[in-house]
Amino acid sequence: MDKDLLDIKSAATADIELILNTASSFKDVLSRDIKKVPTLRGKTAVNLFFEPSTRTKTSFELAEKRLSTDVINFVVPSSSVAKGETLYDTIKTIESYGIDFIIIRHQFSGVPHFISRISKASVINAGDGINEHPTQALLDAFTIKEQKGTIAGLKIAIVGDISHSRVAKSNIYCLKKLGADIRLIAPHTLIPTGIENDVTEIYHDIESGIADIDVIMTLRIQQERQSGGFFSSTDEYFKFWGLTLKRLGKARPDVIVMHPGPMNRGVEIASEVADSRHSVINTQVTNGLAVRMAVLYLLDSARPRK
Amino acid sequence: MLTRELLNESDIARMLSRMAHEIIERNEGCENVCIVGIHRAGVYIARRLSEKIRLIEGVTIAVASLDISFYRDDLNRRKNHPIVRKTEMPIDINDKKIILVDDVLYTGRTIRAAMDALNDFGRPAQIQLAVLIDRGHRELPIRALYVGKNIPTSRSENIKVLLKEDADHDMVLVIRDDHDV
Repeated sequence: MDKDLLDIKSAATADIELILNTASSFKDVLSRDIKKVPTLRGKTAVNLFFEPSTRTKTSFELAEKRLSTDVINFVVPSSSVAKGETLYDTIKTIESYGIDFIIIRHQFSGVPHFISRISKASVINAGDGINEHPTQALLDAFTIKEQKGTIAGLKIAIVGDISHSRVAKSNIYCLKKLGADIRLIAPHTLIPTGIENDVTEIYHDIESGIADIDVIMTLRIQQERQSGGFFSSTDEYFKFWGLTLKRLGKARPDVIVMHPGPMNRGVEIASEVADSRHSVINTQVTNGLAVRMAVLYLLDSARPRK
Repeated sequence: MLTRELLNESDIARMLSRMAHEIIERNEGCENVCIVGIHRAGVYIARRLSEKIRLIEGVTIAVASLDISFYRDDLNRRKNHPIVRKTEMPIDINDKKIILVDDVLYTGRTIRAAMDALNDFGRPAQIQLAVLIDRGHRELPIRALYVGKNIPTSRSENIKVLLKEDADHDMVLVIRDDHDV
């Protein structure tokens, strides 16, 4: 393992598999009465979130606490960043507290990579711009493996705004490394150029795209990134691209439906689908905790020892 | 490297039979007793002890397996964190007599970690320790109640317990570095 988890694109397949296997032991810990282990006692993590996030930040914070790590939440609007401090100085200041982990979310792609170069701490990318969101891909892979037993050979569809989705990118790299057949389903305007080399098929019609699929990953329509007029309205989007029960009927009978959250019911996914027996959306949240504990545990040993 | 076979399959079987009898004798049967093996060899030995006790007493004792990675005290010193294996605790350990089982007792640090791990599952009435080999050199105040064999060693020697579950046959080896010979 490397000391950081910056992206899935450059991660070794063996490391991904090690993280998934280790996560299953942490999931067991989470089902006990005492859900905390002393493994990373005395370590300190900083959650440095430059973009709004509720679930990823909560998940990381709880994962850290379950491992007995001390946690600092660096809330950006109230911090010195708002007073004009550079990112470099922010990191150097934080590091002076004796930090072991920096969990970073930033609106610009590549910020975690920059921090990893200037910091001795283990850096975990919690989402950088439209680039990657590696722990989301790992928890998705863990969930698929848990539900289906394996990932290799499965037909997995990713539906929605691929262009602006760091979740989609990390998932494509991750699932490809683990041997899945990946189908993208989206309007032409929301498929990034160059992605065709990493996937098996691209569909511009949800009905035919979903046929015989084992896993459907729906993506949030990121309304904050839709100023370019990629589709006319959310109502129209739902009509043509929304995952409805009727459309779900084209998939395999044991299909599972995933969503990274937060969900827009009635935009990318119908309520009946989100609440159906096919949905594993809440399982994804639990698994996120286990996977993030595994990442923290494994990165901890990869830092050079003092 | 010099390797010497110290105990063979029948030696190990006889040791385990005696230990099973001792466990039954000390606990006046096996009511309220359960066996917890420490990964990996400890789990195999735990299963064998349970089987021997079943043959003697006609009672099946539950066997649990414990991975102690999350409780180790040397995580800061090791180059890589240990591979984590499955902890399977199918029993409620509250108020039970736990027979904690490992293959080799050495510094005692693994046992300390295992006791911490057990405490997170509940509060057993007792924890008794059973080991196949006690090789000495304790660094903590820990003593086994049931010992297959005491083998005094030097710190430069290593004891290896191979069991059929993942080796060709059962044996206990002493491995010594060449420069110590």
